[in-house]
Amino acid sequence: MRRRTYAQAIREAHADLLRQDPRVFVCGQGVWNPWYAGTSLQDLDKEFGRERVFDCPVSENATTGAAIGAAIVGMRPIVFHARMDFMLLAVDPIVNQAANWSYLFGGQVNVPVVIRSVINRGGEQGAQHSQALQALFAHVPGLKVVMPATPHDAKGLLIAAVRDGNPVLYIDDRWLYEQEGDVPEGLYEVPIGAAAIRRPGKDVTLVATSYMAAEAAKAVEQLAERDIDVELIDLRTIKPWDRNLLYSSVGKTGRLVIADAAWMSGGIAADIAASVAGDLFHALKAPIGRVCLPDVPAPTSAPLERAYYVGAEDIIATVEKVLL
Amino acid sequence: MQAGNETLRPSLWRMMSLIRAVEERIGDLVAAKEIKTPCHLSIGQEAIATGVCAALDREDTVWGGHRSHGHYLAKGGDLPAMMAEIFGKVTGCSKGRGGSMHLAAPTVGLFGTVPLVGATIPLAVGAGLASRLRRDHQVAVAFFGDGATEEGHCAESLNLAAFYHLPVLFVCENNFYSTHMALKERRLKDNLAEMAQPYGIPGLCIDGNDACAVFEAARTAVTRARAGEGPTFLECRTYRWRGHVGPAWDLEVGAHRRAELDEWLPKDPIARLTRVLLEEGRSEQELAGWCAAIQREVEAAVDFARTSPLPDDSDLFRHIYATRR
Ligand SMILES: Cc1ncc(C[n+]2csc(CCOP(=O)(O)OP(=O)(O)O)c2C)c(N)n1
Repeated sequence: MRRRTYAQAIREAHADLLRQDPRVFVCGQGVWNPWYAGTSLQDLDKEFGRERVFDCPVSENATTGAAIGAAIVGMRPIVFHARMDFMLLAVDPIVNQAANWSYLFGGQVNVPVVIRSVINRGGEQGAQHSQALQALFAHVPGLKVVMPATPHDAKGLLIAAVRDGNPVLYIDDRWLYEQEGDVPEGLYEVPIGAAAIRRPGKDVTLVATSYMAAEAAKAVEQLAERDIDVELIDLRTIKPWDRNLLYSSVGKTGRLVIADAAWMSGGIAADIAASVAGDLFHALKAPIGRVCLPDVPAPTSAPLERAYYVGAEDIIATVEKVLL
Repeated sequence: MQAGNETLRPSLWRMMSLIRAVEERIGDLVAAKEIKTPCHLSIGQEAIATGVCAALDREDTVWGGHRSHGHYLAKGGDLPAMMAEIFGKVTGCSKGRGGSMHLAAPTVGLFGTVPLVGATIPLAVGAGLASRLRRDHQVAVAFFGDGATEEGHCAESLNLAAFYHLPVLFVCENNFYSTHMALKERRLKDNLAEMAQPYGIPGLCIDGNDACAVFEAARTAVTRARAGEGPTFLECRTYRWRGHVGPAWDLEVGAHRRAELDEWLPKDPIARLTRVLLEEGRSEQELAGWCAAIQREVEAAVDFARTSPLPDDSDLFRHIYATRR
């Protein structure tokens, strides 16, 4: 199998889509420059021309709104936001317009736009350059939200998102960019709404999103050495999330830990925990564990950053707790 | 103070030299990896923060963005506290929560600078609104770059400030770049000052490397604002010598960056004022003495930052909410 990094896989998806479908175009700040997107968009402008791959002024609201308009009339835009925080300037077109459009007009008009944003964290960049805001968008009906954790899914989910016909938020995490994995050639789709079992197990179900799936994999390995058999699920799509797969896993193990490196309150983990507690209460042998960021804006000072971010160790501690 | 005043020009010179010395030191510390926080240096642009702030009173407010070391210092912010912030220390001006992009010095009218482009323009309008409601004649200054004029915030703020005749100065530091993109890659016309016109705001295009010219223009605008005659838009043309972020020179950015630098480096705002001071009869020794004093001040700030404690882990949850007053 071909090995590619996560960032290369994203680039490959863009390239394949641009090549195959003349309706696809890519816009946003930094699409001509590796400062913003690493290798994930590198030289696409050289390959496909600056008319189809264009760097934009600092105008997130207008750029995103324009992409949505172009999608409504039949194009397949991918709008890039180098940091999720910047995408907040485009919340009106995303939430008020794109998300509602199909429903508002009785399904006659749809909005096949992909809005890509990158989670950036650490490096003493602070509160406005580090936010993981997936829950904010997952809250809204009419949007789909995907968060690939592997190079394979990074490519397949982008292709599925562009072909989906709905506004899809594609969220990638800079901390995953260098990770390598198997990436097939050509245009394949990873279905939106389908989670993946990364490792079967019987003692506890561990469901993780995005970068936390990588941390979870480390945690699971260490736990396996101690004969703790974890079933690891990579959620992949945050909205709508895969109830069937998760419920059958929890039905089997009776224990659940959720790892999502966004804030605890009102987050994805809260939604999953409430659903499982409501629908599968009798299958549960222990309280549900959550590994999330504490409800604090990202600090800048290095020691505070270390106290703020969660990882494999926190996952291990939480798994131990639900096994007690 | 007037531009012709004996004390004005030396004080402009000292402030610009302080900003330059501080930022060069920060750049060296980043290059040496002693500090990590992303630093956006305003080297080459010192005349704007300096000239504008010299025309303000302590109670007047200034609002800036990611490139605001100069705004902080020129408005009278405490240098050791800023340096400590950049080091991530508890003694920092944001107590280690902010780093270089989030500076505050509320006692001198700087209530916070943040890096989301254009974000503080409407906040400055709000400060102008407060001033009008309180009739305290405080002026608010929004410092922003040419990039920020592309955000909706900017257009909306111009209209609000104009319509309510608010005491606001819109100071656009046109350094011809927004990260890696030159102005001509983002805008059909190079006419930022004209943006103010349709809103009924006077728009002036001035030489942003001439601290005295900036001061004069700001002083006129401040007088207008205090008299209740509304906002002014100053496009100050300048050039960003160093990279968008960090101490490098960004030579790989833009088609003509090298040639542009060759054109702009001789327009150095500090060297320019040096020539004026020498013509006025100041001696080289006098200026060297000022320089040495500035260097000592900068080193003292670095020492303070180095020897200050880092925040404790248990400090993470402090300051999320303000305590009730
Ligand atoms: C809302 C938002 N969009 C994008 C960015 C990324 N960004 C940081 S600085 C910058 C350039 C701003 O240029 P300008 O306003 O001219 O200021 P300068 O850096 O030249 O001082 C951009 C686009 C951001 N910080 N915030």
